[in-house]
Amino acid sequence: MQNKSIAQMAAELRLRTYSSVELTRHYLERIARLDPRLNSFISVASESALAAAERADRAIASGDAGPLAGIPIAHKDIFCTAGIKTSCGSRMLDNFVAPYDATVVERLAAAGAVVLGKTNMDEFAMGSSNETSFYGPVHNPWDADRVPGGSSGGSAAAVAARLCAAATGTDTGGSIRQPAALCGITGIKPTYGRCSRWGMIAFASSLDQAGVLARSAADAACLLDEMAGFDPRDSTSADVAVPDYVDALDDDIAGLRIGLPKEYFGEGLDPRVAASVQDAIKEYERLGAKVKEISLPNSPLSVPVYYVVAPAECSSNLARFDGVRYGHRCENPKDLEDLYKRSRAEGFGAEVQRRIMIGTYVLSAGYYDAYYLKAQQIRQLIAADFARAFEEVDVIMGPTAPTTAFPLGAKMDDPVAMYLNDIYTIATNLAGLPGMSIPVEPVEGLPVGLQIIGNAFQEARLLNVAHRFQHVTHWHQGAPSGFE
Amino acid sequence: MQWETVIGLEIHTQLATQSKIFSGAATAFGAPPNTQACAIDLGLPGVLPVLNAEAVRLAVRFGKAIGAAVAPRSVFARKNYFYPDLPKGYQISQYELPIVGEGRVEIVLGDGAVKSIGVTRAHLEEDAGKSLHEENLAGGGYTGIDLNRAGTPLLEIVSEPDMRTPQEAVAYARKIHQLVRWIGISDGNMQEGSFRVDANVSVRPLGQTRFGTRTEIKNLNSFRFIERAIQFEVERQIDVIEGGGTIVQETRLYDPERDETRPMRSKEEANDYRYFPDPDLLPVELDVAFIVDAVADLPELPDSMRERFHTQYGLGEYDASLLTTGRELAQYFEAVVQATAEPKLAANWVNGELAAALNRSEIEIAQSPVSAAMLAGLIHRIQDGTVSGKLAKQVFEAMWSGEGDADSVIQARGLRQITDSGELEALIAAIVAANPGQVEQYRAGKDKVFGFFVGQVMKESKGKANPQQVNEILMRVLASD
Repeated sequence: MQNKSIAQMAAELRLRTYSSVELTRHYLERIARLDPRLNSFISVASESALAAAERADRAIASGDAGPLAGIPIAHKDIFCTAGIKTSCGSRMLDNFVAPYDATVVERLAAAGAVVLGKTNMDEFAMGSSNETSFYGPVHNPWDADRVPGGSSGGSAAAVAARLCAAATGTDTGGSIRQPAALCGITGIKPTYGRCSRWGMIAFASSLDQAGVLARSAADAACLLDEMAGFDPRDSTSADVAVPDYVDALDDDIAGLRIGLPKEYFGEGLDPRVAASVQDAIKEYERLGAKVKEISLPNSPLSVPVYYVVAPAECSSNLARFDGVRYGHRCENPKDLEDLYKRSRAEGFGAEVQRRIMIGTYVLSAGYYDAYYLKAQQIRQLIAADFARAFEEVDVIMGPTAPTTAFPLGAKMDDPVAMYLNDIYTIATNLAGLPGMSIPVEPVEGLPVGLQIIGNAFQEARLLNVAHRFQHVTHWHQGAPSGFE
Repeated sequence: MQWETVIGLEIHTQLATQSKIFSGAATAFGAPPNTQACAIDLGLPGVLPVLNAEAVRLAVRFGKAIGAAVAPRSVFARKNYFYPDLPKGYQISQYELPIVGEGRVEIVLGDGAVKSIGVTRAHLEEDAGKSLHEENLAGGGYTGIDLNRAGTPLLEIVSEPDMRTPQEAVAYARKIHQLVRWIGISDGNMQEGSFRVDANVSVRPLGQTRFGTRTEIKNLNSFRFIERAIQFEVERQIDVIEGGGTIVQETRLYDPERDETRPMRSKEEANDYRYFPDPDLLPVELDVAFIVDAVADLPELPDSMRERFHTQYGLGEYDASLLTTGRELAQYFEAVVQATAEPKLAANWVNGELAAALNRSEIEIAQSPVSAAMLAGLIHRIQDGTVSGKLAKQVFEAMWSGEGDADSVIQARGLRQITDSGELEALIAAIVAANPGQVEQYRAGKDKVFGFFVGQVMKESKGKANPQQVNEILMRVLASD
C-alpha cells in the first residue's frame, strides 16, 4: 500500500478500495513499528490524524473531497500547527504549541491531506545532517549508521521509509534537496516567494522557502499544486499565477537545453557520484535533450556569502526567543540579564549559538560593510550568473551533494566540512531560483541525487523534466531494505 | 565665557490609524493590558509583518506639509536590541532610506521674528510595548509587560540642530504638534504618549562652529517639561565644563519632580543596533498616483492661513497666530466671519471670551457649547444694536451655560437695549430732577459730572440703555434750562 503513488491512492480512496482511516492506520502502524530505528518523527498525532481521516472519508462519501482528501502526509516541525507541538528541533520550543496553522499547513489541510505528525530536523533548520536536533539524530533508512542529510532529514527519512505518502520541508541552502539526495527521494525547493512563509519559523528570511519531499516528481506536483500561491500575510510571497503542475508532467522534453556548470563537476566531487550524475544526463540525451557546458563563475563564492547572509538574518530572527513570552525559560533567573543569557544558552544548541554569534558579528558596527554589504553585492553577481546561463539553457543540472550519505558524527567537529555539503545547492537559494533533486543510480547501495535548477517560477518545467526521467528509469522506486 | 546652546529634537508622533503598522490589531488607547496584541505583535514564531498602507499615506501627508521630498522608495530596517517589551528582539524602523526627506518649518519667536528650522527626515517605525513595574503585580517582585502599544505606528520627525534656546525648542515642538493635528495624521495627545519628544542638547563657546558633545533627554511628554529639562541640562553642561569636566555622550531622563536630568544608561551598556534591511518586508515603492491621492485633501496649512487672515481680514499678527493654533479653531473663526462679515469683532470674540471660556472649562473647540453659528448670532445682535457690547458678554455666558441662542437669551433675560427715546427721556428727566446738586456742578463747568449721570442712567436701566442715545439726550437735557 505504502508504495503506491499519491494519484493512485487518491483514486482508490475515491473508489472506496480502502478508506482514509485504514490508510492512516496503516501509516501510523508503520511509524510505531519502524520509526524507532530512524527517529524521523518528533511528534506523532494519531488522534488528530484519525479524526482528519474520518472527515476525509465523509467528504469523499459526500462527493466534495479536496484533491488530497485522505492522503497521509507529515510536516517538518518548522511549520506551525495549531494543536500539535512545533519545536523546530529545539529545546527552546519543546513546550511550544502555536495558536495558528502555517499557510502551507492550512492549504494542505484544505485540500484534505491528513497530518500524521511532525518530522525531525536540524535545530532551527541549521545543519546538513540532522544531527543538531534537540530530539537526537535521524538515521538514514538506507544505512542506519549514516546521516539522512538535513535540515529536513526527518521528512526525507520518513518519505524514503514509506512512513508517510509525502512530507513538507524547507530549504534555506539545500535543506530539501540534500536530504532528498541522501535518502534517495525526490525533493523540490520552489522559487523564493512561491509558497507562503507565514507560520514557517524563520531561519534566514530572504532564503527560506517551503517545498516538498516525495517519492516521485508526480507526487511532489500533487502537493505543490496545493501549497503554492500568493498569501497576503507574507509580503515576500509572489503574486504570480500558479500553473497546474500535474498537468504539465508529461510535456515533451525533446530539444530541452541542459546546462552543466563546469564549477559543479570540479574538485571535491566524489568521482562515483559524478559518474552516476553523468549517466543520468546521458539518459536525458536519449530523451532528446541537448547538453552544453556552461559557467557560473561566481558560484565558488556562494558558501562564504551564504555563511554571512544566513547567520546575519538568523541572529535577528532568533532574538525573539528570549524566555519572556513563550519557549524555554531558565529556572530562577536572578535578573533580566540572567534570564536572557541562561534561557538562550540552555535553549539553543551549539550550532545555533555559533550561527547567532557569526551573524551578530557580521552585522556589528564597523563590520557591516565588509561582510554583510559585501555579501549582498556578491549575491547579486551570483544571481547574474544564473540569469546569463538561462539565456542559453532551459535547465541546469549537476550533482545535488558532493558525496553520498556520510556516517553519523563524521563531520560534527568540522563545521566547514559540514557547510561544504551544500556547495551545489546554496547558490540557488541566494538567487531565489527553484531547484530539485531526483534519485539516480546509487553508489554502493547509497542514494545519489541529480540536481535540476530552473529559472524563476519554472517549477512546472522542473517537475516535468524530473517526471520524464522517472518515466523511463526506476531509481526513484527503490525502497531501503526493511522499509519496502 | 559666553555659551551657545544647540538643540535638535526627535519627535515621535503616533499616527492616527485604526490598526497597527504591521498587524490588524486595534490601536485604541486604554484597553486592558494585552487585549490589543495579536500573534504578530507578540512576536510568535513564524509570524510576518504586512505594512499598513494608511500609515504610509499619513507619512506622505506630513512630508508634503513641510515641503519635503517624499521618497519614491524607502526601506524598513531592523534595529536589534533586547528588551522585554520589544517582542521580536528588534524594532522595525527606517534607517538609511526614510520615507520623508528634508523639509522646513517656521517658528515665531517671542519678539515676533520668524525663524526657519530644518527637518532632517521623518521615518515610519513601530512602537514597543510597555513595562509595568507595579508593586503588587502577581504578589510582588514581577514586572508586567503590556503589548497593546507594540506595533503602533509612529512617525519619527528628526530636526536639524537649529534651535538655540529652550524657548525655540518649545516653539518648534508646538509647531510640529500643531501641524500633525492640523493635517489629521495624529491626535497629538501628549498624556497618552501620542506625541513624545527626545531632545539632543549641547553647548559650545559662542563663536565656535564645532558642536559640543551632546546628551539626549528621552521621552519628554509636555511642552513645559521640554523647556525645563533643556534649561536644566544646559546649566548642568555649562557647570561641568566650567568646572573642568567633560560632557559624556549619554541618554538622560528628566525627572519633573526634582526638576533635573539623570543618566539613563551608561556608555558601556550602549547598544550596537546592528541595523540591516528587514528581509520580511519589501522596499516601499510609491507611485505618483498614491502620493497625489494621499495629499489631495490636504487642508490649507496654518502658515498660509495665518498670512491670509492678516491680508484678507486685516487682523494683526498676534490675532492671526492665535486663530491658527488649531485647524478647528481657525475653521470656527472663518465660519463666524462668513456669517457676520465682521472679522475683527469675530477675532476679538474668539480670542477673547471664547478662548477664556474654553480654558476655564478645559475643553477643546470641538466641544464648545457655543457653536460658530451661535456666536455669529450674538455678533449680529451687537451689530444691529440689540445688545450692548457689555451685555453681550452676559449673553455669551448664558449661551455657554446652555440657555439657548443669542435671541432666546436676550428675550428670556430681557437684555434688549432700550432704544425707545421716550422711555429714555423719561428716565433721564427723573435722574436729572433727583440730582440738582450735580446738575449745578455740571453747569458750572465741571464736565466730569457728565459721567456720573451716564452711570446713573446705566444703573437704573440695568445696563440696557443704548449708550449713544443716553449721551445725546443727557447732553441736550443738561444744556437746556
